[in-house]
Amino acid sequence: MLDWMAWTWQTALFFGFVAFMLVLLTLLAIYRPETPRIGILRFPTTRGDRFFVTLIGSAYIFIFWMRFGGGSLWYPLFAAIVYGIAMFKFA
Amino acid sequence: MTEKPLNNRAWFFVLPVLGFVLFSSIIPVMTVVNYSVQDTMGANSFFWNGDQWFRDLLNPATTIGARFNDALFRTLAFSLACLAIEIPLGIALALCAPRKGWAVGISLVVIALPMLIPWNVVGTIWQIFTRADIGLFGATLVGTGLRYNVTQEPISAWMTIVVIDVWHWTPLVILLSYAGLRAIPDAYYQAARIDGASRWAVFSKIELPKLQKVLVIAVLLRFMQTFMIYTEPFVVTGGGPGSATTFLSIDLDKIALGQVDLGNAAAMSLVYYLITLTVCWIFFTVMTQLERRRDV
Repeated sequence: MLDWMAWTWQTALFFGFVAFMLVLLTLLAIYRPETPRIGILRFPTTRGDRFFVTLIGSAYIFIFWMRFGGGSLWYPLFAAIVYGIAMFKFA
Repeated sequence: MTEKPLNNRAWFFVLPVLGFVLFSSIIPVMTVVNYSVQDTMGANSFFWNGDQWFRDLLNPATTIGARFNDALFRTLAFSLACLAIEIPLGIALALCAPRKGWAVGISLVVIALPMLIPWNVVGTIWQIFTRADIGLFGATLVGTGLRYNVTQEPISAWMTIVVIDVWHWTPLVILLSYAGLRAIPDAYYQAARIDGASRWAVFSKIELPKLQKVLVIAVLLRFMQTFMIYTEPFVVTGGGPGSATTFLSIDLDKIALGQVDLGNAAAMSLVYYLITLTVCWIFFTVMTQLERRRDV
């Protein structure tokens, strides 16, 4: 039924990760409510905002890495993880 | 912010919309992501291609990369040109629009008329309007000795597309600004008169700050619509002359539906989508922050 979507395990893993994070963040929002806080981004962010900023920023890290002729994708992945942790900690 | 916990069950009403969005957006986007890492020879058989589509797309030395690079800057230049004209012009015209009497209704309706015309009709109107042989606009310009030819002169083509957008969508900026101006209480103007404020001072210290919110909305809407512009250049110039008015959406359409080059098109549309998403998010954040500061 889903043949036409041409799934690969890599993309499935990516969307699975996003879906898992969304469920996790929803559950956290229900059982560990939070108040938005103002960090280095200078406007109030919740965990969901920080996750969104992480995803978008990571995409740009990969894009700029490839744009300027970077090699293996493990380096930007590492940079994206560091960036994500920084966002969750300081944003 | 200190009331009792809210009942959030109203969220269930949103479920049908979520279901619809799943089919209209999320599943197609997932498919595009899948296409962007694979190559196909048709017949629904796919081969893993890793990040190669993205590498080609982002490398201006490749054919597709050069095309994407050019189209991206062309589109950004077009958006900026339209914004730079439409926003000041819209504010200026809103300031001139009558505020009371019988002229209000008439002028607002006349201003709003271009917005009622569908894109492809706008394109067709202007395609005929700018022709040098039978078009009033084109024939007049050529008659005055200008080198004006939409299908052969890149500058003519560019100017025409920008003029079309300004003609079609400045009314939106006018109406938004007009509504914003009407919402300013008279007390502000009275205070300004008592202080002997000049017209410029009234504009820069009262009207412009009060218009901030509607202007953010206007800029957002105009940016998004010019960034995705497709129909007008498609109908009027066909993306030409050469590739002078081949904006991102037109190039994407050519690659995806003209050449059926799914991998390249998928990678390109994802980068395009990322830019759009980022701009939307920035504007949304700015708008909600403006609102928050007003609440304080």
